[in-house]
Parts: sequence; structure tokens; C-alpha cells
Amino acid sequence: MTVLEFTAVVAVVSFVAGFLGSLTGLGGGVVLVPLLTLLFHVDIRYAIGASLVSVIATSSGAAAAYVKEGFSNIRIGMFLEIATTFGALLGAFLATRIPTSALAIIFGAVLLYSAYLSRKPRPVAQRNLPPDPLATRLRLNGSFPDLEGQRSYNVQHVPTGFSLMFGAGALSGLLGIGSGAVKVLAMDQAMRIPFKVSTTTSNFMIGVTAAASAGVYLSRGYVDPGLAMPVMLGVLAGSLLGSRILVKAETKSLRLVFSLVILVLGLQMLYKGFWGKI
Amino acid sequence: MPAAPAPARPPHMFQPQPWRDRRMELILGNLLRSGVLLSAAVVLWGGSIYLFRHAHEPANYRVFLGEPSEFRTIRGVIQSVINGRGRGLIQLGLLLLIATPIARVAFSVVGFTIERDRMYVGFTLIVLAILLYSLFGSSVGV
Repeated sequence: MTVLEFTAVVAVVSFVAGFLGSLTGLGGGVVLVPLLTLLFHVDIRYAIGASLVSVIATSSGAAAAYVKEGFSNIRIGMFLEIATTFGALLGAFLATRIPTSALAIIFGAVLLYSAYLSRKPRPVAQRNLPPDPLATRLRLNGSFPDLEGQRSYNVQHVPTGFSLMFGAGALSGLLGIGSGAVKVLAMDQAMRIPFKVSTTTSNFMIGVTAAASAGVYLSRGYVDPGLAMPVMLGVLAGSLLGSRILVKAETKSLRLVFSLVILVLGLQMLYKGFWGKI
Repeated sequence: MPAAPAPARPPHMFQPQPWRDRRMELILGNLLRSGVLLSAAVVLWGGSIYLFRHAHEPANYRVFLGEPSEFRTIRGVIQSVINGRGRGLIQLGLLLLIATPIARVAFSVVGFTIERDRMYVGFTLIVLAILLYSLFGSSVGV
């Protein structure tokens, strides 16, 4: 393939990944690395570098739209970013040391888990939980606009959530993804943050987390301009378009298709990792 | 003389803390979007130069070689932009992109200082230090 053909095809694939990722809420970054390595035979390290950059772009590009809805909690975000950025830095340093086959296997496992999580029904939010002393001291509790006016919430299990976010950051730095699946686990299930608040807050955090590992990736020579250019522009354009035409009714079957794609890519990554084809 | 009844206030006004946070977040959200659009424009510009010059060369990313220093250090990127290289411009755009969330964190320090929230000024400074270390400290030659 010539540079022109390669750039065009990668841009189109990235556009579709970003579009479907934002339409289904599953994120486009998670399918990019497997697509680049499996379809285009890009070395996984270059793929991770390019994906990481596109993660920053989509997260920061969508932030303004999310803020207008008034759901995100800047204190929860900033507090947990201490954990995610530390984790991301660790993940980025690990990525330069562990073999690519191990990266592929970890990636495959994360994809399978994301596919499983996307099919699981969302846990019903428990309301009126008692305030947790640590969360109160850290001023994490807040409120957000709901149908019945302002709804307040009390954050739970701060140490568990903080530790899980460290893991989410490490995965993000290791694999170049937003690792939304682990963030859901930490914020929705452990800390019991209402779904709307946790998704918008974690979107804010994803860009900062990715920036913490992107510096390491760039200085280690993992970010190739010729590859990162079509990936970043494609994903950004796709996700911006996807967030504009958010049609609630049709995302259900789309989510199913997209999670099947994630499942297949996960199995492929595991296969390639275990048989040393990466 | 009785005071005039206060005008009806939107419900969020009764929540003193989130309201201030919200204004801060709106500013930050717009900052982030402008940063992304600016960096996308620079990447697109650099990409056009790169494609114009190298369109018909073979593309090969199968073998990992690592980037030369002109594309992986801040000084190298600036030098290659001065030399008029398309890929140097792409890297500059990507550096702007990485700087965008860092700027957001830096502005949050100011925001929390205005709110006199010492604890969160501290937290934000920790995050900022990690980010700056990643961008400047981890590279061999800045």
C-alpha cells in the first residue's frame, strides 16, 4: 500500500470506529488498536501510540457538550485523577518493557470484559444512601439536575474506588485506551455514583489520564506522525458526528452489533498473543 | 417597608458549591474544545504537506523502529517545524493536543484557589506535577 492509500483507509476505519463508539457509548478507542494490528498489520506499539492520541482528542472534544448538561462533578474527577494519572504513568513505563504478545493477551482480556459489560444490564441506582465520612471530608458528594429537580447523592467506598481507578489508569497507559469499562466498575459499582454523573465525569478524566501516558509514549518514539494523523482526525470527526445524532431508539441493536465486534476482536487478540503472531 | 419578593431562582442556585463549579467547568470545557480544534487544524495542515510529498511511497508499520529524535522530543519537533517538515507539524499538533488537558488541570488550580479550597488546590497540583513529569521529565532530551 502507498502512503496515500494507507492514510485514506485508516482515516475511514478510524472515522467509523469513532462514530460507532460515540453512538453506542462504548468508546471507539477500544476497537482501534485491534483493527490496526489485525487488519493493517501495524506493530501494536505504533497502534497504541496512535490510539492514545485519539483518546485525548475525543475526550477533550466532547467535554464542552457534557459540561452543558451539568452532570459532571469536578471534585470527584480531580480526586480520582490522582489515581488514574499515577496509574497511567506506571502503565506507560510497563508498556515499554513487557513483550508485545503479553500486551495482545491483556488487550484481548480487556476486550472480552468490555463486551461482557456492555451486555449486562446497568445496576439500578440506589438512592438516599447515607453520607460516607471520608467522602464528606473530601467534599465528593454533590447533586445533579433530574426530572424531579435537583437530586443529591452520597459517594460510597472511596478507597476501593480510588484503587480501581489506579488500575484503570494503568490499563489506559498500557493499552492506549480510555478504559471506560474499569471506570464504570469503580465509579458506578464501588462508589455508587449515579450513572449520568459517572459517565460525564469519567469522560473528563479520560483525556487527563491519556495525557499522562502520552508524554511517555511520544518521548519513547511510539507516536508515529504518519499513522497518528489519520487515526486522530478520523476518530475525532467520527465521534463528533456520533454525538450530534444520538438517536436513542436505534442504539440498542447497534450496541449489540458493536459489542459482538468487540468480542470477535478480543478473541483474535488472544489468539494472536498466545500463538506469537503479533 | 417590606422588601420586594425575591425573584424565582433556578433550583441549582440553592446549591452554592456546584453552581460555582459549574461555571468553572463551562470555561474549562470550552478551553478543551478550542485546544482540540486548534491541534486538529495543525495536524491537518502538517498531514497535507506530508501527503503531498510522500503520497506514493510505500507505507510500512509492520516493524517497530521507534521514531527519530526529531519526532519524539519537544526540541526536535520544533526544529523540524522550522525546517518545514510536514510530519514535524503533525507532531506539533499532537503536542498541542497533549497540552490541552494539562492546561485544563492548570486552570483548575486557579479555579480552586479562587474558591479558597486548599485541599483541592493540593490535589490538582499533584495531578499537574505528574502530567508535567510525563511530558518533560520522562524524555531523554527535552
